[in-house]
Amino acid sequence: MRYLPLTDADRADMLAVVGAQTIDDLFVDVPEHARLDGPIEGLPMHASELAVERKLSRMAGRNLAAGDAPFFLGCGAYRHHVPASVDHLIQRGEFLTSYTPYQPEIAQGTVQALFEFQTQVARLYGCDVANASMYDGSTACWEAIVMARRITRRGRAVLSAGLHPHYVSVCTTMARFTGDVLDTAVPELTDGAPGDDMARLLAAVDGDVSCVVVQNPNILGHVADLSELAARCHAKGALLIAVVTEPVALGAIRSPGEMGADIVVGEGQSIGVGLNFGGPYVGLFATRDKYVRQMPGRLAGETVDADGKRGFVLTLSTREQHIRREKATSNICTNSGLCALAFTIHMSLLGERGLRDLAALNHANAVQAADRLAKVPGVELISGPFFNEFTLKLSKEARPVIRALADDGILGGVSLGRLYPGVDALANGLVVAVTETVDEDDVTELADALEEALR
Amino acid sequence: MNREGRVTRPETGGTEGEFKTFTGNRALMLEEALLFEVGGTDRTGVDIAPAPKVASRLGGLERAAPIGLYGLSEPEAVRHYTRLSRQNYGIDLGFFPLGSCTMKHNPRLNEKMARLPGFADIHPLQPVETVQGAFALIYELGEWLKTLTGMPAVAMSPKAGAHGELCGLLAIRSALEARGDARQVVLVPESAHGTNPATAAFCGYAVENIPADAEGRVDLEALKARLGPDVAAVMITNPNTCGLFERDMAAISDAVHDAGGLVYCDGANFNAIVGRVRPGDLGIDAMHINLHKTFSTPHGGGGPGSGPVVFSAALAPFAPLPFVEKDGANYHLVEEETAGEHHAGTFGRMVAFHGQMGMFSRALAYILSHGADGLRQVSEDAVLNANYILRSLEDVLDAPFAGTGPCMHEALFSDDGFAEGFTTLDVAKGLIDEGFHPMTMYFPLVVHGAMLVEPTETESRRAIDQFVGALRSVAERARAGDPVLKAAPVFAPRRRLDETGAARKPVLVWREPEVVAEAAE
Repeated sequence: MRYLPLTDADRADMLAVVGAQTIDDLFVDVPEHARLDGPIEGLPMHASELAVERKLSRMAGRNLAAGDAPFFLGCGAYRHHVPASVDHLIQRGEFLTSYTPYQPEIAQGTVQALFEFQTQVARLYGCDVANASMYDGSTACWEAIVMARRITRRGRAVLSAGLHPHYVSVCTTMARFTGDVLDTAVPELTDGAPGDDMARLLAAVDGDVSCVVVQNPNILGHVADLSELAARCHAKGALLIAVVTEPVALGAIRSPGEMGADIVVGEGQSIGVGLNFGGPYVGLFATRDKYVRQMPGRLAGETVDADGKRGFVLTLSTREQHIRREKATSNICTNSGLCALAFTIHMSLLGERGLRDLAALNHANAVQAADRLAKVPGVELISGPFFNEFTLKLSKEARPVIRALADDGILGGVSLGRLYPGVDALANGLVVAVTETVDEDDVTELADALEEALR
Repeated sequence: MNREGRVTRPETGGTEGEFKTFTGNRALMLEEALLFEVGGTDRTGVDIAPAPKVASRLGGLERAAPIGLYGLSEPEAVRHYTRLSRQNYGIDLGFFPLGSCTMKHNPRLNEKMARLPGFADIHPLQPVETVQGAFALIYELGEWLKTLTGMPAVAMSPKAGAHGELCGLLAIRSALEARGDARQVVLVPESAHGTNPATAAFCGYAVENIPADAEGRVDLEALKARLGPDVAAVMITNPNTCGLFERDMAAISDAVHDAGGLVYCDGANFNAIVGRVRPGDLGIDAMHINLHKTFSTPHGGGGPGSGPVVFSAALAPFAPLPFVEKDGANYHLVEEETAGEHHAGTFGRMVAFHGQMGMFSRALAYILSHGADGLRQVSEDAVLNANYILRSLEDVLDAPFAGTGPCMHEALFSDDGFAEGFTTLDVAKGLIDEGFHPMTMYFPLVVHGAMLVEPTETESRRAIDQFVGALRSVAERARAGDPVLKAAPVFAPRRRLDETGAARKPVLVWREPEVVAEAAE
């Protein structure tokens, strides 16, 4: 077996040192009825690298990869071009095969990169401080609500209708067990819908509310000014939590921090991390300086070593489970370190200029695509400001249309019927994301296919 | 000269002094400033096509103020992060016996497979007809996990071990609630990972400790005495964090079940028994499996992990959404929409999308490579290596449970016998100078100055012997009170770092020097 260095001679020698006759002697503590005599039945035996590669490649070949189709899906996961050097660098063994930096003297590469990551995230979000990552956007969203409960000592959160329905589901699942009360709503497919949701949120904030959670851009792709909502929250002693599922947007639109959000969380996948069928991704989490000790997750901090040289360590760990156990701010341990590194490297390659250029290209492509698709008979563009994602209302139910398009090799967007099953008013909605990876030919193909499908 | 007779660097007692260089570099060991000190906001390492001219639809929300993001050209970025990488220890470089973390070799085939466009470049919301291969992979991995653990159901979506614990406890709580039983207490051994009590608290339970017996196992009688109508679950790590198999596991499960509770098993140490023992044969109800431990997906300096959870028949109806079902040759996804038909008891969704696909492809590549026979050899070699280390060092290091019989995949030592003022920390830092990643230190909490050594199965006899020699040498220095050991590490990129100072006045982001200066005024 190619991954096992011990030879039979090694094993015999070592058993002698240990004082055991056979390997079975080392498993004596296992109750007899639970000891297996040989390899578990019904499973295949070991396989060559070639054989494994062949089998998995065949499985991969059964999927329609985004790069092989005109591709327009978003809704929480976005296809962006990632420079080749990012994947090369994160595959360096010193990054890839290292552990959480518990021994900082030999983990400065990881901790310094995390310090850079925290700085980038804080600036992107317009916040004072960010942590070293969470699992993904959806879990970061729930952790933010828990943090707001800790800070305000109130147990009711108001969730925007524009919050990703999977994020709402995650929060609903958890709230059922923790006793938190969530005020939720589903979006509407009418012009001016974001305005209606904003009115609902403004009206809902009172002295019992711990936080308002609002996604920007929202699930329909629309962007909104959160300033008034932030002021309203603060007047009532509540926190504003902003969720960002498309970080590239913040190269074009004002950050939630600038608009007054107290906690900003989101998905970092767009920067540096591929689609990967939904994971692993990287949760981003940022807040104000004054709340840092209420924050979940790992934190890298600057310090000095015994020679006075600058170095970095994991810090404020008295918030964390391995020190605080049941009193910890969260149970999170392993986070998303390597994806955070990919984010950091990609963001370093972009820099401010690159991010702004990338955001401008995304927006321009999306504007052109929206206008082109709105001309298709049976397609209506739901109005409202947007970044690189917008919602169309089709003259037919969108789900079968999307399936028909997929049969023709076009991945045409996310049908709202998939995200909101059973909500009839949304069944004809189609959310279309247009990034820098989409070209004019792709848009033309989608427009033609939609025209055909809606005829 | 080292103990193997080769000439090594002169020992100066410090990294400065007579060998000081102008740059602070030391030949191949290069100092590297922060991104914000080497880069600039006007620099970029990407060429983005010019955007077509359109009228903005941003609704007047344009971000006008500078963001403050520093960029690098590609050569600078490659050099910056390559230099940083060289300040890290990884398995590729050497032995990494970090107990409880299972730092085994990460096969590169797995990396290659995870990057196939059919896995890496597919969107989680694509029509299910276009991702049948992805569902097939998730399904097949799930079948392996069920078979290897002897459990009837599996949830694939949890993102890491602690997230898996959460999944297990939510299922337990749902099952209890379904029978109208609002139990409020979860029992956790003193030796448990911190995630166990944190998870129980995170989903609303009160946590109580159960003591260990003199042989490092759960005190069965104390546990039985505490069980009652208020105890929802017991969380047991098996093999436990002392590296020992819980001999009474079946009896523990029976006692918990008799008292109306459920048994959660922390599967962090599954590597010790994979292929040789099915936890399902010991009466457990739920167990998470760290794919980033037992199944070799890389730990990446702190994740991503992946923590699928296997369930007993009692808990299966409450498993989370979404999951994959096989119907003849086709796979379909059970989500909120379709759960009502035959999975109405689900506790719901705990993550957007389907879990850690990128980890699933790596883990399946690993599992298929080993097969049933190879996985059995994995646990045998892991256990043999740990026992070999235990017996090779018990004369020089106190091994509190060595007298109770063999250990499993980890050898546990204490600081008993070190000279006055010498600690486990000193030994760990001494090992860094010897070129090893230290073992886990000060965990589990039940042993004073704990040193938990987990060699895994992917180390050669030669590597293990060298480690044994090095740890023996450092331990002897700690026993003798060698003052030079207090200075360790001296050959690492940094000497001991001031963690107290870091926490007292936290600096968590970089700020421009002029901003820092202004704030200081």
